Amino acid sequence: MKRIQSTGMVLNVDNIDTDQIIPAKFLKSTNREGFGEHLFANWRYQKNGEPNEDFAFNHYPKGSSVLIAGNNFGCGSSREHAAWAISDYGIRAIISSQFADIFKGNALNNDIVPIEIAAEELALITQYVEKNPSTNIEVDIEKQAVRVYDDTFSFQKTFDIDPLKKKFIMEDISELEYLVSIKKEVEAFEELNIL
Amino acid sequence: MSRTIIDKIWDQHVVKSVTDTTDVLYIDTHYIHEVTSPQAFTGLNNRGANVFRPKQTIATADHNVPTINQHLPIENELSKNQVSTLIKNCSDHGIELFGIGHQKNGIVHVIGPENGYTLPGITIVCGDSHTSTHGAFGAIAFGIGTSQVEHVLNTQCLLLSRPKTMRITVGGKLGKGVTAKDTALYIIAQLGTEGATGHFIEFTGAVFRNFSMEERMTVCNMSIEMGARGGLVGIDYTTIQYVQQRVEDISEEKIANWIALNTEPNAVFDSEIEFDGRDITPMVTTGTSPDTGIDISERVSSTSRNSSKGLSYMQMELEEMIIGKKIDHVFIGSCTNGRIEDLRQAAEIVKDKQKAKHVTAWVVPGSNDVRKQAIEEGLDIIFKNAGFEFREPGCSACLAMNEDKVPSGALCVSTSNRNFEGRQGDGARTILASPMTAAASAINGEITDPRIYLN
Repeated sequence: MKRIQSTGMVLNVDNIDTDQIIPAKFLKSTNREGFGEHLFANWRYQKNGEPNEDFAFNHYPKGSSVLIAGNNFGCGSSREHAAWAISDYGIRAIISSQFADIFKGNALNNDIVPIEIAAEELALITQYVEKNPSTNIEVDIEKQAVRVYDDTFSFQKTFDIDPLKKKFIMEDISELEYLVSIKKEVEAFEELNIL
Repeated sequence: MSRTIIDKIWDQHVVKSVTDTTDVLYIDTHYIHEVTSPQAFTGLNNRGANVFRPKQTIATADHNVPTINQHLPIENELSKNQVSTLIKNCSDHGIELFGIGHQKNGIVHVIGPENGYTLPGITIVCGDSHTSTHGAFGAIAFGIGTSQVEHVLNTQCLLLSRPKTMRITVGGKLGKGVTAKDTALYIIAQLGTEGATGHFIEFTGAVFRNFSMEERMTVCNMSIEMGARGGLVGIDYTTIQYVQQRVEDISEEKIANWIALNTEPNAVFDSEIEFDGRDITPMVTTGTSPDTGIDISERVSSTSRNSSKGLSYMQMELEEMIIGKKIDHVFIGSCTNGRIEDLRQAAEIVKDKQKAKHVTAWVVPGSNDVRKQAIEEGLDIIFKNAGFEFREPGCSACLAMNEDKVPSGALCVSTSNRNFEGRQGDGARTILASPMTAAASAINGEITDPRIYLN
């Protein structure tokens, strides 16, 4: 994956924890698939299972693959089910002013790009995209650049991504493949460091 | 150059540095449970791969287990399937499992330390964010996702960025009725849930030096609620004594090596914060984030990191007194406060009293060992006589994955670690507090300062 081109979905709430992203009652599965329909379940649906019309997220066209969320996204539980739900829903990148550490790692392991920008910048694009849901969002992973634009608005910014994780995402290498490939070095380390 | 305990343990475990910022870190001890491991084993099995070092992984069933009638089959089919999947995976791959009913069964972060698997100076991971608990022993311990569980099963390693370091010093002395839980809630309220993101924390100062291992575990447990990757306490006599009671024949050399890991006097942390233990009081949260704690005698305030969304969910009004607010449930347990000292503190308050009639009060020991110890000390009788339920071990109502749910709209004073929306059941409202505050509140049927019951 090198580039993401999409519209954005705004979820203007700070500290969205992984219990909100995927409530614990959906963690009884032994598979990785099918979590997308439960993404933000307690906010997206009413008690009777009907969509909650008051939840802005429900009004964005499906197919949008960039989420714009409040500060400290993904705090709380380490459940990777949160990243699976986001990925299964079709989201490929998340823009926030800060991500919780475990979630960030889980996102990268599922080819979801976490994009951190300053709080003022996040406020700016949040406000604009909320009012103009057809705004274009372009993420260039190689250039580490995010662009939010339409005919009357333009925002552009570079973002940080660990160079190794960037390489893995761009070349479709998994961390696991890498770790398996250095097994001999791990065995040598064990020899030298008897526990 | 003087180094921190965090840097020393980390550096000892670096198999190789891949870039300036990313290391392959060797993992000494891996804990697994039924909820976040099945997909990792499926990944392994699909590739025909093996568990690289099965002796370094320990398994328990905790998140999804019932806390009554554990001798009977699990009723919920999905829960039953998760637990039986764990049994099969452990059996297929030669991993030791402390399953339901086993004397060593219990919450992963309770059984690891009490059975001597958690040791100073080692690296520990688990597919659970509260793995930070084990930092109390002077270990690098942190939660991971399921993909990483598969990485550790298959390679005993993880690919990680080097952490930043933070030192939190709590000097002075805690007052009567002020506990480790209050200390954790106080620090979280000061830092915010994102205050320590990217960092490992070393907790130090007179308050931590005087803490027991159980108390240290309570605070390290909640370092994740400060946003930290993990939190630890330096290795001292308290640490060594606890470990020696559980592990035989620890050599003098080994002990000397552990002590040598401690932070050197001139070591520099990326950030430093100091608090005074005398400023800490019994704390209760008021919103839907663990950083919304206030002094129990204060009014709900807009400055306590409360969002209007959180206050509205909690049905809290600004300027409302928190003390005296009527409650429906009390939950004493979890990896934060399900250890024997926690149960002793709660029992001290409950002794010779009755819970309020309208309150449902649960005591869920963190492990079978904790439960057995509590029974030996007669704590179960104290709780039962007061009208509390004394249950079997598990994560229970901390995350309500099993049947132990707080009903919608009910207000629960809980010794667990998270007050997120719906955490204890759909619509449930959670107030985080210490075991003493929870016990006193169960007696009065309203949020109560435990100090009124202390001599």
